[in-house]
Amino acid sequence: MEEVCARFVSQKISKARWRPLPGAALQPPDLFATGSWDNEDNRVSVWSVGDAGSAGLNGEYQGEPQLLCDIRHDGDVMDMQFLDQERIVVASSTGSVTVFRHHQNNQTLSANHRWENAHYHADQYTACGGAACTGVICNNPEIVTVGEDGRINLFRADQKEAVRTIDNADSSTLHAVTFLRTTEILTVNSIGQLKIWDFRQQRNEPAQIFSLTGDRVPLHCVDRHPSQQHIVATGGQDGMLSIWDIRQGTMPVSLLNAHEAEMWEVHFHPSNPDHLFTCSEDGSLWHWDTSTDVSEKPSFLHQGGRSTAYISHSTINQSVVSAWLSNDPTKDRMEITNLIPNQTLSVNTLDVLGPCLVYGTDAEAIYVNRQLFA
Amino acid sequence: LIERTYRNGAQSEVPAATGAACVFVVRRDQDIYMETLRKLFNESHGIFVGLQRCEEERAARARNAQLVQVSKNYRSVIRACMEDMHQAAISTRDSALHSQYSIQVSILSAMELIWNLCEILFVEAAPAGPLLLRLLDWVQLHICDVDNMVREVLSSENPSKHKLFWNVVDIFVLQGRMDEARHLLSKEAIANPTSMKMYKILDDLMKKMPLGNTQTLTEMELKWQHWHEECQRYLQDGTFASNSHMESICKILLGDENAILEKKELMTTWYHFLVTRLLYSHPTVKPMELRFYAQSSMDMFLGEESSPEPLDTILMAAFEFELHQVIKECSVALSNWWFVAHLTDLLDHCKLLQSHNLYFGSNMREFLLLEYASGLFSHHSLWQLGVDYFDHCPEYGRVYLELHIERIPLNTEQKALKVLRICEQRQMHEQVRSICKIMAMKALRNNRLGSALSWSIRAKDAAFATLISDRFLKDYCERGCFSDLDLIDNLGPSMLLSDRLTFLGKYREFHRLYGEKRFSEAARLLLMLMTAHIAPCSFWMTLLTDALPLLEQKEVIFSAEQTYELMRCLEDLTAGKLDRQKFQDDDVETMKVEMLRLALARNLARVIVKEGTLEGS
Repeated sequence: MEEVCARFVSQKISKARWRPLPGAALQPPDLFATGSWDNEDNRVSVWSVGDAGSAGLNGEYQGEPQLLCDIRHDGDVMDMQFLDQERIVVASSTGSVTVFRHHQNNQTLSANHRWENAHYHADQYTACGGAACTGVICNNPEIVTVGEDGRINLFRADQKEAVRTIDNADSSTLHAVTFLRTTEILTVNSIGQLKIWDFRQQRNEPAQIFSLTGDRVPLHCVDRHPSQQHIVATGGQDGMLSIWDIRQGTMPVSLLNAHEAEMWEVHFHPSNPDHLFTCSEDGSLWHWDTSTDVSEKPSFLHQGGRSTAYISHSTINQSVVSAWLSNDPTKDRMEITNLIPNQTLSVNTLDVLGPCLVYGTDAEAIYVNRQLFA
Repeated sequence: LIERTYRNGAQSEVPAATGAACVFVVRRDQDIYMETLRKLFNESHGIFVGLQRCEEERAARARNAQLVQVSKNYRSVIRACMEDMHQAAISTRDSALHSQYSIQVSILSAMELIWNLCEILFVEAAPAGPLLLRLLDWVQLHICDVDNMVREVLSSENPSKHKLFWNVVDIFVLQGRMDEARHLLSKEAIANPTSMKMYKILDDLMKKMPLGNTQTLTEMELKWQHWHEECQRYLQDGTFASNSHMESICKILLGDENAILEKKELMTTWYHFLVTRLLYSHPTVKPMELRFYAQSSMDMFLGEESSPEPLDTILMAAFEFELHQVIKECSVALSNWWFVAHLTDLLDHCKLLQSHNLYFGSNMREFLLLEYASGLFSHHSLWQLGVDYFDHCPEYGRVYLELHIERIPLNTEQKALKVLRICEQRQMHEQVRSICKIMAMKALRNNRLGSALSWSIRAKDAAFATLISDRFLKDYCERGCFSDLDLIDNLGPSMLLSDRLTFLGKYREFHRLYGEKRFSEAARLLLMLMTAHIAPCSFWMTLLTDALPLLEQKEVIFSAEQTYELMRCLEDLTAGKLDRQKFQDDDVETMKVEMLRLALARNLARVIVKEGTLEGS
């Protein structure tokens, strides 16, 4: 298998994100941030992965992530996103959203700004516990957050108050949010609905609602295809990966039986969108590969750890060019690889950028793979 | 915690306050809260689970190799943790923390020492011959001061003149590191040409010493006997008489106990003395013979002054092959169950522990694992590791898990989901229901009806779904419109979870049909809701009132049959009411009933005419 560096960090990792690369940079990412959960003292940390060829300062195992700095965080880290090269937005289980700044010169983290009660339950007196902020997405300078209170907030990085708040946008918990276009967002909730919200519209209603067929299984994660914006992938509580075409219909285009437990994150590779990555509570991380030259490879040459499965799409709508939506039988072959040989506890998070993959688990370890496509 | 002692039957007038009351300070088990030790727990958890899951190799030798590898993995995890702890100790400025870390480092190193010995004697079960070699490695690995001394001597300008020079040579010889000893001695020979002749002989002897590696036991014994006699001859000839250092080395080579004992400070421990003694007098020692030499070595080394420490008793028990004693002593000496639990589990896999049952039914391995896992559950974060340990305790694991898992605090939905997944995977239906109920109730109180519904769907809890639907209906009655339409419109198959929920979905559908002006379908649906008894009785009045506008339409919607049905429903309703609420009749209620009767009658009239006309034409 490819080179994977592991490091045990004494905290359960809930989110890991690569720092975005500036502009048209060609080198691989070298810095990522992580957030912990379920600790009395949770931390947001920044790590660097050195050049794969050089030995560390004290002769440590090369490529092992080194802690640069960390800072205490109030509540579990529920979601995290880099706003720009220096600022990280973190969503907390206490309902607050914090912007941290990473100072490169002296390698420290400081809290830049905080929206204290971004998410809360309406009647403070009868409220039973706080409302966690479950998802955050950024498109500099705008930040959108969603939470267990069913509320959607639109913040601007430099403004104290929320630019727009949609109260009671959903009667159930909103689990994740992502941008569809600059003024539209996608949310998923715990009754199996995918909703599009348009901020240009004044009314507090979703522009469109999509539902799963069959059981209304909660959806936990959502991601949009980087170049073909009508293709959306979501992951559900039963581990099922659904691909939607939001231009047509209200039901998913394909349902792929994937994991055996909740799927926590789904990501299209930002520069190679034929590749999709999903991670789950069952401890596995799958790499879905629909690049077209796969069909030429004879299947018996695959080595251990990989399994080529012939997936029968339950397609509902005839569709177009993308491999994700096509139902051409010869091209139906999707190569799915489990990247974790000995799975134990849940893989909570993953992020992929260029040739690098980082993922974090409940076994208090971070794994970095810098040669994903080798 | 305060303990009060009560006086039984106070006879005198002495006030009860003179009874001693003690205050106990309850302190959390510090070990599991140390950050560096968490790595130990997590990594060893991975090894533990791997061991339980890996398939048993058929061949005994392969199985043995497999288990030795597992043991080595555990040990490397301990060493890694020791390194980190050491780094932490060096880098901290707080002296209390520093001492805490240093204590931990010494505890960890003792643990590794014991584990290593157990691996050699029990897991690998080295036979005579290789046994001594393993013991030599073991000793070399754990006496660290040597390296510092060696470095000091070698880095000096004139090593052979260094005051520690002979110490280093001696320690090499005591540890059987012949090549290194010879290398150092050569420096002395170069510096001191007069002793060249002596050096050559000594060097030769050391080179020829047989170390049982490849030969059979008898071959080894033979060779060793010859060599021993040769050394004896040289000593008796007085070859080394002029150089006391070299003479003592030769005596050591001959296994002279007094000569070896002279180097007590270099060896520092009685088990080092034991191994050296064995190396030079009984290199083909059998495992079962170790106990005799061990006991005598300890007595000789410690002499009269000092009594054995806990570590010494544990190691002695190991040499005596008393497994249970080893485990017992370790449990007493160490502050948490990590070490004994994992070691016992490994030994159990080597099939070395007889399953003698403890008096409450489980065996020792299970007892220790249960204790360890229970300790993990008291930690706010490490509880997830405990689950796997309980899974591998066949007798009581499940019960323990059921009890512990309900008590984990659930402050976010995501944590609740993880706990639920653990319960579902193990078919713990009771716990699933109870957790879902807690979460649903919380959601309900926060007015998150959709969340509450999704929790009750997960638990397939019909009763709760009914509760939620009642809430919706209540809201509708109060406000005249539905809240959370996105939820009710998209119930899908979950509608069938409870009757009330089905009613809610269908009722909303009725409103939708009405809104789309599909009146006849709406009428049919409305009637069905009442006649099929899907609607609760309390709602019938509302339904009938909803029927009013349909009855008042210009176009006739309800057929005669349907109208008769409606009238029957109304009569059922009022008949029931009359008995109970004769004197509390609302004016509004009576008016409603009147209006309904009127509308129904009028509709009946129209529809009879209409139906009569059609039939005629």
